[in-house]
Amino acid sequence: MKNQEEILKQLKNYDGPPLKIMEVCGTHTAALFRNGIHSLLSPKIQLISGPGCPVCVTPTQYIDRLVEISLTPHHQVWTFGDMMKVPGEEESLSQAMGRGAQVHMMYSPFQVLEAALANPDITYVLAAVGFETTTPLYAQILKEAREKGLKNIRLLTSLKQILPAMEWILSHRNTIDGFLCPGHVSTIIGWKAYQPLAETYKKPMVVAGFTGTHLLKAIHRILEHGGEGKVFNDYPGVVSEEGNLLAKQLMEEVFQPEEAVWRGLGAIVDSGWYLKGPFAVYDMGSYDLRKDKKLPPGCLCREVIIGDNTPAECPMFGTECSPNHPYGPCMVSEEGACGIWYGRISI
Amino acid sequence: MCIAIPGKVVSIEDRQAVVDFKGNQVKVNVALIQPKVGDYVLIHAGCAIQVIDGAEAEEMLEILGEM
Repeated sequence: MKNQEEILKQLKNYDGPPLKIMEVCGTHTAALFRNGIHSLLSPKIQLISGPGCPVCVTPTQYIDRLVEISLTPHHQVWTFGDMMKVPGEEESLSQAMGRGAQVHMMYSPFQVLEAALANPDITYVLAAVGFETTTPLYAQILKEAREKGLKNIRLLTSLKQILPAMEWILSHRNTIDGFLCPGHVSTIIGWKAYQPLAETYKKPMVVAGFTGTHLLKAIHRILEHGGEGKVFNDYPGVVSEEGNLLAKQLMEEVFQPEEAVWRGLGAIVDSGWYLKGPFAVYDMGSYDLRKDKKLPPGCLCREVIIGDNTPAECPMFGTECSPNHPYGPCMVSEEGACGIWYGRISI
Repeated sequence: MCIAIPGKVVSIEDRQAVVDFKGNQVKVNVALIQPKVGDYVLIHAGCAIQVIDGAEAEEMLEILGEM
């Protein structure tokens, strides 16, 4: 492996064919900006944000159902803060609170176990949104709820798998030259999970951490191994070959893969996790939430997610669409590509 | 959404552990990894999702300190 100085020099002076690298995960997008990585690269190397912000890809019908539940007597919706502003067909959870919606912002979904025990008359509905990093937590919560005999916890799921989305992008737009695989999703699924995709599409895929050094090394890997269907694990202190076996077993015990709708992309086969078997009784109607409102006219969120355009290339960016008045889903979350670009560019 | 931070396991009782995160002690669920006292773990939304390398954890904590 080359030292950092050589890597920096090569990345700055790269003059080969244009290179498109997709960072799948929103946390990587944020880290790339925080470390000023874009300014260290040759103009021929383009970094593209992928679909890895679970909040941004949640369909409108899911938000509408959450709003409806939060306005139902004796029900309380528990959610992470980043879901609050996501627009549904009519309103967001945050707007619904203005007319009495019962919404609780959580730090950890595990806290619901204590609340449900203390208040048996209230039904607690977890807004279970996330990728494989978060899905095992919900599986564990339901295992514990079942052991304790708690009957007042439900899940409204919009849980998604990252690999079918990466495959969707590769099969619809095979223009990406390499992937920065999501770091924390990889702690669960393991680096080997990307191997079939890398081999089929002959793309280098790098599992990397979030420091500047990690990111530069990962981009350099892709530059050196273009066209090779290989997975590189450059985060070995955190990500193993198989990932977290216990967490994977638990996910499969509680959930089953089914088609899910991604806002901006549409339906993708087997890309969602839905409750199954004895755990299906905890479901709050997640199977029916597959409709999505069309993206508003002029919005390029779809093109941003699949890597055809950068957020700044959207005509709405920074004008009609900003974090306070999001027009498209990628502007909504702090980890959405447009939200991050807006925050960094306007500084 | 997938943000995770490292911490060091101080004590464990059943599925709960006390984890030290830069001097703050927080309770986390450890059912997904079964760590030992002294292990560094990666914590996501109140739950430890993986036992991680100590040097990697220290580096992450340093970066978090700069933010």
